[in-house]
Amino acid sequence: MAISNDYIQQKLTEKFGDQVFNFEDTYGMLCFEAPKELNLKVLQYLYDEPSLGFQFLTDLCAVNFPESANRELAVVYHLHNLVENTRIRFKVFTPIATPDVFTATQLFSSANWMERETYDFFGVNFVGHPNLKRILNVDEMDYFPLRKEYPLEDQTRIDKDDEMFGRG
Amino acid sequence: MSDHNITLAEDAIERKTTTINLGPTHPATHGVFQNIMELDGERVVSSEQTVGYIHRAFEKLAERRPLYQITPITDRLNYCSSPINNMGWHLTCEKLLGVQTPKRVDYLRVIIMELARIADHLICNSIVGVDAGAFTGFLYVMQYRELIYEIYEEVCGSRLTTNIGRIGGFERNFTNTAFTKLEKFLKEYPVALGELESLLTRNRIFMERTIGGGPISAERALNYGFTGPNLRAAGVDYDVRVHSPYSSYEDFEFDIPVGKTGDNYDRFLVRNQEMWQSMRIIQQAYNKVQEFKGTDAEVYHADVPEYYLPKKEDVYTKMEALIWHFKIIMGEVDMPKGEVYQSVEGGNGELGFYMISDGGRTPFRLHFRRPCFIYYQAYPELVKDSMLSDAILTMSSLNLIAGELDA
Repeated sequence: MAISNDYIQQKLTEKFGDQVFNFEDTYGMLCFEAPKELNLKVLQYLYDEPSLGFQFLTDLCAVNFPESANRELAVVYHLHNLVENTRIRFKVFTPIATPDVFTATQLFSSANWMERETYDFFGVNFVGHPNLKRILNVDEMDYFPLRKEYPLEDQTRIDKDDEMFGRG
Repeated sequence: MSDHNITLAEDAIERKTTTINLGPTHPATHGVFQNIMELDGERVVSSEQTVGYIHRAFEKLAERRPLYQITPITDRLNYCSSPINNMGWHLTCEKLLGVQTPKRVDYLRVIIMELARIADHLICNSIVGVDAGAFTGFLYVMQYRELIYEIYEEVCGSRLTTNIGRIGGFERNFTNTAFTKLEKFLKEYPVALGELESLLTRNRIFMERTIGGGPISAERALNYGFTGPNLRAAGVDYDVRVHSPYSSYEDFEFDIPVGKTGDNYDRFLVRNQEMWQSMRIIQQAYNKVQEFKGTDAEVYHADVPEYYLPKKEDVYTKMEALIWHFKIIMGEVDMPKGEVYQSVEGGNGELGFYMISDGGRTPFRLHFRRPCFIYYQAYPELVKDSMLSDAILTMSSLNLIAGELDA
């Protein structure tokens, strides 16, 4: 009894006009984007509107796109309507210099730790979060490790000192 | 005895609360969990969890690994049911690559996943028994988990961190020994499960310890992002296997047990019932697998030449196979671009994989939706005003796995 992606898109466009854009069908899941100032309004609308009813926050995480200027960080929400069994993905983008995004903790208690994790790894500052501090990493850490500017060691490099590994 | 009529001086010691550190390595917590608890006598006033003691940066590691090297990482999430994580990961890759697996592979996977679910629930429920003071059940059922591990061993060679299966199917066909061991398990396990139930389910002490402990309403559970048996114990019949069937789960007949109050006892009952349902599924899947005859019974993987390793004898004798073997092992295959979310019903809830591929050889970003990381945040709410010993019981009955929590 799934709600069709076209219907969701139509409802969202009715409500927010061209503020919601980049509608995409990724492997059957509707994916769209909104300005970061509107993230709470969109989430609230998806939650309250009876014919949509996306009241379950499945997942919240961030992605770092270092190449795209002023859109370096994306916060990705996976929402689920459990009754109609429909999932959607909703993204907001933010510049890495001012990574402020409103918190969804008022709407979903589950967002609390997921936002803390996102802050911990990407430095997204969730405005209004009750307890925004690091969760998996140590408090003393002064960088955000999952950003692309901190690469893992290149496995193909040849300047490794093999003696350290018992070879050579 | 009521203490309403007792008047205490302002600075009396009875008015003061005690703060204790439960964990990170406490014999009563099964895993690395730290809880800073404020206690009034034996009653929990508030608690705050510290997590991350065994954080291993899986999401970062995954960004530099080709797909097949990420499977061993997923082993180490929920290590009580690694095969489910492995299968979930293979399904994610197959979704991205557009691989259609043969039915026989699906059924074999279902057998392995349901065995893993039984192993997971078995640990959790018997540990709940241990924390309520019944050690016997735990020791007794371990030999039946051993039977499951022997099946894993026969199929993939390892027991705990299994790395079972490959993209497209299994690394080798199930041997007759594997099926014999499965038959043995199907025959012996129901007896043991019945005995475990008769030890605990209507046991007066166990019931009084667990009923009403750590309850949560359906609304709060949904708001906290509960999934799996913990959500079903609160009365919501959400199960990924039914809502978004994967690996041909739609071919099987089974019920979703639900509870009512979401307390420790209901969680225990739901898990027990799920084990019976898993047995039903395994039996059906085994029957279906046996229906394949002749060459159909030899099918154990899909045809995915870019990701599925060629046969060893071909690698040693044929140039093409050797090239592919090398390319796959070195991770030199470019993936299609795309963005996928795939979830499976893990031992303790919806285990999701969110992968973004930019067309490179490794995922651009991989995020694990770890069920127990999400529902563990409800813990202070669950244990507020309960006894310390019940708080420990609640922690066990939530089926928290440190490896998954900290990723």
